[in-house]
Amino acid sequence: MSESAWILVVAALVSTSCALCGVFLVLRRLAMLGDAISHTVLFGIVVTFLATGSRAAIPMLIGATLVGLLTAFLTTLLTRQGRLQEDASIGVVFTWLFASAVILVSLFADHVELDQECVLYGELALVPFDVLTIGGTSWGPRAFWMLLPVTLLNLVFVALTWRRLSLVAFDPTLASLLGVQVALWHYQLMGLVSLTIVASFESVGAILVVALLVLPAASAYLFARSVPQMLLLAVLFGLVATLAGYWFATVIDGSIAAAIATAGTVLFLLAFGASLVRHRSARRSAQRLLGEHPAVSG
Amino acid sequence: MWRATLEFWSLSDPNVRWVLFGSMLLTATAGVIGCFTVLRKRALAGDALAHAALPGVTTGFMLTGSRAPHVVLLGAWMSCLLGYVALELLTRHPRIREDSALAIVLSSFFSVGILQLTILQHSGGAHAGLDKVLFGQAASLVGDDVRVLSLLALCALAIVLLLFHRLKAVSFDRAFCAAAGISLWRYDLVLALITVAAVVVGLQLVGVVLMAAMLITPAAAARYWTDRLQYMLLLAALFGALSGAAGAYVSYLAPAMPTGPWIVVTVSVLFAASMLAAPRRGVVARMARNQAFVRRTQRENVLRALYRGGERSDGSGYCATPVPASNLLTWCALSARQLERALEELQRLELIEEHANGLALSARGAREAAQLTRRHRLWELYLAERINMPPDHVHDQADTVEHVVTGELEERLRRELDAPTTDPHGSSIPKKEQP
Repeated sequence: MSESAWILVVAALVSTSCALCGVFLVLRRLAMLGDAISHTVLFGIVVTFLATGSRAAIPMLIGATLVGLLTAFLTTLLTRQGRLQEDASIGVVFTWLFASAVILVSLFADHVELDQECVLYGELALVPFDVLTIGGTSWGPRAFWMLLPVTLLNLVFVALTWRRLSLVAFDPTLASLLGVQVALWHYQLMGLVSLTIVASFESVGAILVVALLVLPAASAYLFARSVPQMLLLAVLFGLVATLAGYWFATVIDGSIAAAIATAGTVLFLLAFGASLVRHRSARRSAQRLLGEHPAVSG
Repeated sequence: MWRATLEFWSLSDPNVRWVLFGSMLLTATAGVIGCFTVLRKRALAGDALAHAALPGVTTGFMLTGSRAPHVVLLGAWMSCLLGYVALELLTRHPRIREDSALAIVLSSFFSVGILQLTILQHSGGAHAGLDKVLFGQAASLVGDDVRVLSLLALCALAIVLLLFHRLKAVSFDRAFCAAAGISLWRYDLVLALITVAAVVVGLQLVGVVLMAAMLITPAAAARYWTDRLQYMLLLAALFGALSGAAGAYVSYLAPAMPTGPWIVVTVSVLFAASMLAAPRRGVVARMARNQAFVRRTQRENVLRALYRGGERSDGSGYCATPVPASNLLTWCALSARQLERALEELQRLELIEEHANGLALSARGAREAAQLTRRHRLWELYLAERINMPPDHVHDQADTVEHVVTGELEERLRRELDAPTTDPHGSSIPKKEQP
């Protein structure tokens, strides 16, 4: 495959898996926890690297996923045991872990080949050059082989458990009354989110991950009437943003990741505008039906 | 390193004085203003606004080609405000919750900023220093920067001082403000403006990503120590200033180090210490309080078990019949170790006495046990008579309540029930002794 095809495939995998778990983040009002985890996985990556001394993919995935879970756990701990309000504990935890990671990077700068800029906005353009070779034959980009299983895992997990996840998202009290272990599902989802973020991290950086987690899901939420519909729409929005962003990046010669995120923003704005128009026309027809009764508004 | 440390803290170098003063003032300002965003339950808005500043900075550079402090500040200010407006508009939509709105503003503004930054990079323009905004660098704060930023910080602090009471009211009780005719949106706007000011001045020091910590962490730490807003503001300013000083110091020792992370780690350590060690609200103090209550409950259960063991069958009170300690183990539902500790404490308090064939209450212990038993049985009676609880259900309820019934409540229960003498199970209610 050509370089640009590989880039597109990798970006599509990232946006698909991010859109799938992003839907549940948005539904569970945990979008900012997703943002927090996208920063703290850096801590996991740095610590794993310093501990094992290699950039092998599997240990990185495990280490960073664990730190993602740790972020979710510490946030809960500060909220429950420390009696801190939830948004403040998210803010305290993620900045602390991220700051520690950046300090570690700068202390061991000679050993760590982590570029701070790369961490924040990744470099999709370099993806085709980091090739997986087994026994002398080249198998395509490493990022592809990392993201393919993660995307499949996301698809399978969401396909099997979306009913449970939606129940926990919409009515946690009912869920726990029905015997569903809400905390377990919370950490499963957080584990999946962390895994997705880590796998996407190296190729697209922290910011695009957040953008792809939240923007397609939030856009889909504006229109969707059911959870499967929302999942489908979110994946669609993510893929359209990927294509549009890639094209945009080649035209203006900027970072592909940032261009995809910008395209996601534009798509969200369009969706937002469309939903406003739809709301307004719905309200107007309701008013017409009710004979312009002034009480009908909002 | 020691020489450098000495040089730094002797403040002989005017440049050091500027950097130290500047960082302390900026972090203290962020700490003070952060208190209001945290109290308004908008802690992460600072995070979103900090990210929203980036496209302003880059656009300013693209338009004017300079990174003079006033250009950077103006650009950051404008796009922060735009971010704030976007946040307000988005949260009005019924299908967008606050957390999504924050994440949307954060990621969309930031990706536009990064896109501009990479375009500048690829075109080889002299953008040098713009990416400092991402991670912050105290060493890069020189004369001009510090003067402009300090001015802005002082203005923000002055606004807080002048409008303190109004801002306090708006932060704590919005319904009261609406009723008192205080214009909510006006003071929300003031809060937004000073938050943006704090973000904009903090950016150069700690960077975009960690700005959230400068607003949230000092305020969260200060909250553990006090319930009064003015002390909270002072403490948050202190914590902020301490971390700012630490950042300036690190930046002096190793100018290549990014300063932001060190500032944040310092303030995080202060936070952790506050969370654990603060009196009353701290975790350790709360755990100690819980533990003390558990032990008192266990002691009181032992007292009551001894009382029941030595109660006369005609209901005329306690005759000091010794009870073997092994009986207590089954009566009190305590583990052997818990019982042993409770007995030790009771002996130290001289509430029980050891006899040859077991344990008995001392005179003072008997008085306390009678009081507990009275409260227990009054509560049982109240539940059975006034709430119509079945008599076999009332015991467990009374077991938990007897430890927290106060003298006043006891007296009211007694009057409410017309000075009763027996409980629903037929046991007599011990009389109150006249002192």
